[in-house]
Amino acid sequence: MVRWSGVRYMIPAMSGHPQDEAHEGHESSLTGPALRVKALESLLVEKGLVDPQALDELIDTYERRIGPRNGARIVARAWVDPAYKERLLEDASAAIAEFGFVGRQGEDMVVLENTPSVHNMVVCTLCSCYPWPVLGLPPVWYKSAAYRSRAVIDPRGVLRELGLEIPEDVEVRVWDSTAELRYLVLPERPAGTEGWTESQLEEIVTRDSMIGVARVRVPPRAKR
Amino acid sequence: MNGAHDLGGMHGFGPVEIEAHEPVFHAEWERRVFALTLASAYAVKWNIDMGRYARELMPPAEYLATSYYEHWLFGLVKLLVDLNVITREELASSRAAGKTGYAALRLHEVEAYIRNRKHARVDTDVPPKFQVGDRVLTRNIHPIGHTRLPRYARGRYGNIHRDHGVFVFPDTNAMTRDRNPQHCYSVRFAARELWGPAASRRDSVYIDLWDDHLDPA
Repeated sequence: MVRWSGVRYMIPAMSGHPQDEAHEGHESSLTGPALRVKALESLLVEKGLVDPQALDELIDTYERRIGPRNGARIVARAWVDPAYKERLLEDASAAIAEFGFVGRQGEDMVVLENTPSVHNMVVCTLCSCYPWPVLGLPPVWYKSAAYRSRAVIDPRGVLRELGLEIPEDVEVRVWDSTAELRYLVLPERPAGTEGWTESQLEEIVTRDSMIGVARVRVPPRAKR
Repeated sequence: MNGAHDLGGMHGFGPVEIEAHEPVFHAEWERRVFALTLASAYAVKWNIDMGRYARELMPPAEYLATSYYEHWLFGLVKLLVDLNVITREELASSRAAGKTGYAALRLHEVEAYIRNRKHARVDTDVPPKFQVGDRVLTRNIHPIGHTRLPRYARGRYGNIHRDHGVFVFPDTNAMTRDRNPQHCYSVRFAARELWGPAASRRDSVYIDLWDDHLDPA
């Protein structure tokens, strides 16, 4: 049983630690949250609740090893392999797991196919739900109040601002990630990529195209 | 709760700006609070819905005036104190009065922790209340606790697009750890049903909702 209190807890910035005098009046290189997080980490380490080595490993994993290149591999495979694409649209979790991209914030995946008549885009209006195993951690704009507020009420306006004009006869579907389902957009394969290899295709797939706020484009000087 | 986190449909936040060459983290403290949150959740075993609710409890004016990882910091401290993992005295002094009884996440356990599937999906045979294609009306509810039914979609008509299967119900799981398994559906709402005649006739919003958010229509 959780006893949710109505109390808001303040963390004094490293209070009682004479080596940090930055919080008195003017700022040093560490300000506000930086000082408070440092104080909290030292407390939690002292209490034995967290192990700094494990913290470093968590950070390294999400900063360097898991990111949108994973998703790009899924998209490129779906573009060259119709049987894979079929599996992906039928049971995305299993098809993505074939690449080993599994785990936190990607346990139950759904893939949304963009077509000439349907454009899909993904948002989380309530927090920041995002498919970590295939796209990594979400970018700041995806978590911003501007995107979260506007994607559902004015998707075409948001897309237009981001350089993507959706014709009136194309249907826009916005997916608000309110549960533990995580959405990945399968963008349209651009014209002019006929005969490209899977790895060539992988290189042109962008993160934003897999959120549904951009198209995949062939770079002007792309050579086969 | 009707908090500042429930942003869908609000006006006035300005354009969406995509930062070029965006780094994953913008400061060292963001890295640390991210990892502290994951590692603490492992040790104390609070559920993801409690984690979300803790952030939603940030006072609205403050929520809107602070950055994303400041929300995380707020939620982390809230959980640690409310679950009696640390005391307010320890927090105030930044000095531990003693060790916790929780087993910390260790380096060799990190990979499995990240990769292991933490199932919100439940293998329980609960009959669905709705079938694909059914017309539904979302409940007009305003709980003071956690809910995943956004304000902009309350009291609205939609259609069941897909049955995702049986899932933990966040609205109760966040408050009392009652998993309350039930079907979760993708529900399609016409943009005009949500936003009125100014919205496009073609467009729609799909929201994942549970049996307890929906009534037959």
